Amino acid sequence: MNIINIEHIAKIYQVGSEEVHALRDVSLRIDKNEYVAIMGPSGSGKSTLMNILGCLDTPTKGLYDFVGTNVSEMTDNELAKIRNKEIGFVFQTFNLLPRSDALHNVELPLIYAGVPTYERREMAKDTLVKVGLEDRIHHKPNELSGGQRQRVAVARALVTKPSIILADEPTGNLDSRTGEEIMMLFNNINEQGNTVILVTHEEYIAKHAKRIIRIKDGLIESDAPVTDRYIPSVKHETN
Amino acid sequence: MKNLRNYIFEIKESILISLQAIRANKVRSILTALSIVIGVASVVLMSTALNGIDVVFQRGVASLGSDNLYIDKWAWFDDNIPWWELRNRKNLTIEEFNEYEKRAKLPLAIAPAVYTSQTLKYRDNILEYARIMGTNYNYIKTTNLDFSEGRFFTQIESNGARNVVIIGSTVADNLFPQGGGLNNFIKIKGRKFRVIGILKEQGSYMMGDMNPDNMAYVPVGAVFKNFHRASYMSVTINVRAANSAMVEETKDEAINIMRQVRGLTYDEENDFSINQQEGLLNNIGETTSVIKIAGFFITGLALFVGAIGIMNIMFVSVKERTREIGVRKAIGATSRTVLGQFLFESSTICLLGGIGGLALAGVLSMALNQVFPATIQVDAVVLAIMISIITGILSGLAPAYTASKMDPVDALRYE
Repeated sequence: MNIINIEHIAKIYQVGSEEVHALRDVSLRIDKNEYVAIMGPSGSGKSTLMNILGCLDTPTKGLYDFVGTNVSEMTDNELAKIRNKEIGFVFQTFNLLPRSDALHNVELPLIYAGVPTYERREMAKDTLVKVGLEDRIHHKPNELSGGQRQRVAVARALVTKPSIILADEPTGNLDSRTGEEIMMLFNNINEQGNTVILVTHEEYIAKHAKRIIRIKDGLIESDAPVTDRYIPSVKHETN
Repeated sequence: MKNLRNYIFEIKESILISLQAIRANKVRSILTALSIVIGVASVVLMSTALNGIDVVFQRGVASLGSDNLYIDKWAWFDDNIPWWELRNRKNLTIEEFNEYEKRAKLPLAIAPAVYTSQTLKYRDNILEYARIMGTNYNYIKTTNLDFSEGRFFTQIESNGARNVVIIGSTVADNLFPQGGGLNNFIKIKGRKFRVIGILKEQGSYMMGDMNPDNMAYVPVGAVFKNFHRASYMSVTINVRAANSAMVEETKDEAINIMRQVRGLTYDEENDFSINQQEGLLNNIGETTSVIKIAGFFITGLALFVGAIGIMNIMFVSVKERTREIGVRKAIGATSRTVLGQFLFESSTICLLGGIGGLALAGVLSMALNQVFPATIQVDAVVLAIMISIITGILSGLAPAYTASKMDPVDALRYE
């Protein structure tokens, strides 16, 4: 089943009097339970594509059909609702609320979704347990290690049971061992039936996915399944 | 119905989120609230003080009696008569007072009054330039004065110009700090006077010369006998009307009698004035309204400056939390939620500041109450709360709008 169906989209930015074509003509489909890496050097249009996929931005041209609805022409508020319900973001810099504890950070999307207090506390706790942070529930980000912070972020992305998990360089701020643990986590998430889209510029990280889409100069350069997939084997710590 | 529930839920969550943000940024929130604390405290104190001034004046006027007329050579409040004309008027004499007393039918009570300033002395306690009123036994009926000890002078003492004196509470405190003044002899300009009465404190702080607390009362004859010759002094005739409805008639009667007594022909102007407390009240009203306007202008300015400060801090706060706003929007906050969050944040900070300001004003007015009647009025509390919420919303509006319109992509990329 198609979750994402993009047809001939383009994104043009107006910088002064000059038009910048961030994306020229991109078409792609992503099915449920896929594990896709989007790769490309900086300036390739990779970030723009990610923003459009994540409904943070809309394309200038073309059609974006997301879980059966046309996203290309939605208003800001409709986009916010779609992001809330259907997309889980994981960022390179974690982007947690610095002065709130792990629990509050994880329940935040549920607050916007209108889930009653008790219910959302339980959901947030369950999700934190799932990512192995059951004893860090009331820690604030500055009391957590980088890997733990990213797990909180992953829990925040998972808690609404979204259609896709969109991770933007999720290991970029982590050492390789911790990064590997996080990639384990994504692998598990994917195995549990979630669709994961990974944006990275590292070949090694991209090889964790099952399919790699390479972007260059605003066009898809290649789109192929990973033959030499790297399956992480590090035992993920549940300290 | 479901829409409404969602809406209420959204408001509730906005409040929770903003409370969370306030708690997370304690120092900044407290500093922000401080300007409102000061602004609200000054508004409340100002209105409390103005209220106190009104109370003080009214109490003072009430202690003199509100249905009183004062027939005097001088016009107390009338600015239309030039002062040299007033000065050239003949003095009102004690004989004229007697004549008026004989003819007047309407008044409840009539008494003469002459004023002098003399040094009062009891042993080593000296009170310089105390205001002394010479009057007669009827004077007490023209006032609302109460005694803490003793009595007013009798007709015999009054007519006999005996050296007896009734003293106000402040005078008593000065001469007899340990109490026990009654029936002691004090010296007024070296002459011995027996204290036969001590007045209760009247609390008319602002009346100055007219404040009974600072006065001493002696028989009018005693003034002429001991201090001044009668021909040098102009008598003020204190007249108390039977009730407030009779004030005008009593006044007309007084004018008629006084014109006859003073031998004025029909084409001559009155060479005396009938003064009323209303004049005093009007005067006070004018003064307090000037103070009010100035006071509220100044405190309004303080609040305005405070509001700009809050707006500034909220702008900084929005800027500083650009990434946070980006994250919130990325995970599903709508523009309205973000707007609500920041509006609630600024108005909650202001409300807390307002409550703090009220508490501060409460403490200060309690301290002030020791020297001045200052009690915070309910309307001042309501005003303070409303002002702080409105200030919060107004000063939060522009920053909150900026936050709500942020593009999540740019906000997330913001360093």
